[in-house]
Amino acid sequence: MSINWKHYELQEGFYDELISSPGNPRVPARQLANYLNSLTEEEIQSRKLAAESTIKDMGVSFTVYSEGENIDRAWPFDIVPRIISAQQWEKTAAGLRQRLKALNMFIDDLYHEQKIIKDGVIPEFVLKQSKNYRPECEGVNPRFGVWAHICGTDLVRDGDGQFYVLEDNLRVPSGVSYMLENRSIMKRVLPEVFEKVSIAPVGDYPEALFNMLASLSPRQSSSPVVVVLTPGIFNSAYFEHAFLAQRMGAELVEGSDLVVGKDDCVYMKTISGLERVDVIYRRIDDMFLDPEVFHPESVLGVPGLMRAWRKGKVALANAPGAGVADDKVVYAYVPDIIRYYLSEEPLIPNVETYLCYDDKQREYVLDNLDKLVVKPANESGGYGMLVGPHSTKKEREQFAELIKANPRNYIAQPTLALSTAPTLVGRSKVEPRHLDLRPFILQGESSYVTTGGLTRVAMKKGSLVVNSSQGGGSKDTWIVDTSAGKA
Amino acid sequence: MLSKVAERVYWAARYLERVESTARMLSIYDTLLFDLPRQVNLGWYNLIVINSLEQDFNERYSVQDERNVVKFLVGDDTNPSSIVTSLKAIRENIRTTRDVIPADTWELVNELSQYVQDHLQQGINRRDRHEFLGNVISACQQIIGLWQVNMPRDSAWEMLKLGQNLERADMTTRNLDAATAAIMQIEDDDFAVNSQQIIWGNVLRSLSADQPYRRAMRSSVKAPLVCSFLLTDPRFPRSVEYCLNDMIQGVKALPRAEKIIADIRKLHKTVTDRAEDSAPGPEMREALNDLQISLQYLHFSISRTWFLNDQEQLAVAQ
Repeated sequence: MSINWKHYELQEGFYDELISSPGNPRVPARQLANYLNSLTEEEIQSRKLAAESTIKDMGVSFTVYSEGENIDRAWPFDIVPRIISAQQWEKTAAGLRQRLKALNMFIDDLYHEQKIIKDGVIPEFVLKQSKNYRPECEGVNPRFGVWAHICGTDLVRDGDGQFYVLEDNLRVPSGVSYMLENRSIMKRVLPEVFEKVSIAPVGDYPEALFNMLASLSPRQSSSPVVVVLTPGIFNSAYFEHAFLAQRMGAELVEGSDLVVGKDDCVYMKTISGLERVDVIYRRIDDMFLDPEVFHPESVLGVPGLMRAWRKGKVALANAPGAGVADDKVVYAYVPDIIRYYLSEEPLIPNVETYLCYDDKQREYVLDNLDKLVVKPANESGGYGMLVGPHSTKKEREQFAELIKANPRNYIAQPTLALSTAPTLVGRSKVEPRHLDLRPFILQGESSYVTTGGLTRVAMKKGSLVVNSSQGGGSKDTWIVDTSAGKA
Repeated sequence: MLSKVAERVYWAARYLERVESTARMLSIYDTLLFDLPRQVNLGWYNLIVINSLEQDFNERYSVQDERNVVKFLVGDDTNPSSIVTSLKAIRENIRTTRDVIPADTWELVNELSQYVQDHLQQGINRRDRHEFLGNVISACQQIIGLWQVNMPRDSAWEMLKLGQNLERADMTTRNLDAATAAIMQIEDDDFAVNSQQIIWGNVLRSLSADQPYRRAMRSSVKAPLVCSFLLTDPRFPRSVEYCLNDMIQGVKALPRAEKIIADIRKLHKTVTDRAEDSAPGPEMREALNDLQISLQYLHFSISRTWFLNDQEQLAVAQ
């Protein structure tokens, strides 16, 4: 039996990325849907196996660290891509650029004059109580005034088909290597479709990343030394760190490979002796960067690194302290931040957000815990959340206590009708599964947005949790230009 | 090249060589025992002594018999030099240097580790041991062959060669030591002459040196000639002489190699001096022991030069 789109069970109230009504694919997805329909069950099965063996051969894995054992798991991947039209993507990309530009102006303002607070747009205590505000960064002037050079913004589509920003990851966002690997897998799995459909390529990201990083170099040489700083093999994103270093031709270093000299320059230890480093793409959290300034017991970082950065002898991407804008309370103010710095209306809306420190809003949240999603302001990876409609009475009571004890630390959002896309289950059946999208935005002298991004999909029926650490998988994301069909 | 990457590559090559040599050494004893007259009583525990593993072994086992010795050298993860432990070390080192070593190495090392894990019992039982060790040796050679054919001759390559040569020289001295110890253990009786022939013949075979020896020395197997061949033959790749020369050639391509070259030359001279008197006996064992210590010092010297960049160098850089 082959895939019959008439039998695809669309879910009421949810936007499906590929199918608009039973048997009717959306325009950019039409050729794909027809092609999948032409495959027999055996052919679909063999494509699926081809994907799995490609993943194994390429060594794509993510690491789950549990009980002291390090397990490399194969990357769960679905062979039905998610498709977005080029016209819609263009607008979305412009919105992402706008957002990061404003966020960077905001961060730069916070570490200098704090005009936005003086002008009463954001209450001072939001900043005072932010876990990610670093007084150590005050007065520093990173090149181009940019603090968050690499941003992973999570987008979701609600029932109305509109993209909303769910959160901005400005610390050490990961996933871009999977976006690139997903595309190489798909080229081997469905090469026939690539011949017929205009699918925008994604492969220029490492080049764009390298150019952006190189532009940050404090020394104006034609070949700045760029390194990727990883916490090491036990980190869940080690695969990505190694992947990006390799693709950029940069050295992959750990903290112990670097040293800060008396001249405040950063050097890496090589067999030829010490070699000066210009730009560090760091994949270590702020608090572990420099034991002289932050966690004194951290062995992941480099003593003196903050000193070197403050003196402008080395560029750090992202800059320390950039995470202050990653706070979920700050998130609620992003539309105001865009208006304040750019005098523009936000191109992509936020998800409606209730701030628990506000008495009225908190009251509403406490009365409606069973309908809302409650999130701590400073966690990532989907941890420490309450998903109201799926929660027990006991969990709701627990969260009510947590919120009352520390209202600044919690926000709430309505439960979203996360959009779906057909996903292969069993041998040749497709069912809708919920997904989100993480594009990556770069900002240096100029800015760049990935073509599409990483689509994460909740593989379990009905589940809304897409995090890979919690059973999520991924799909290739196609930006399809329907105006320029391939001959 | 990052010092840490250099160090990891160097150790990956050393451990790979160690796996192969341990397998070779076990197979000497294995076939040796078939050939020796039953009256000759050769102890398996010699293998522990020549690898300087007495303390680790005795903490673990009270009976010094064949089964325990083989178990300890092949599959014991408390033994820092066992085949299993060495393979684990190779995996860890390759995992973090995949960008400078041919990609297929990772897969081959995984396969070999898996094979050893799955067939440990085969390695311990005498009946299947030969096949098991043979497979381990060929898998090692496959990896070395892959490097030989695919690697650019850059710093990573030189580091691999350096580790391989150092471990090889060390292992050749240990093989010689094993044979010398065995000869000394054989009582001086009617069987002795014949047994000596068998032992030296096996040492040569286990190092794949049988034919090269005959061609180079134009002689039957005689103890002093075998020793001198394995120590000083300039063309045989497992002779100490060859390993040292190859190291000198290789490190010339590395930065700041002056001290290492001088150290190797010094070591080389002691080998040539000692080789004059190569009769097996206590003096020979002592000389071999000194040589192992010198190789250990060479390692420290390599480590100081290329792996540990300490404060002194920082001062130099400024």
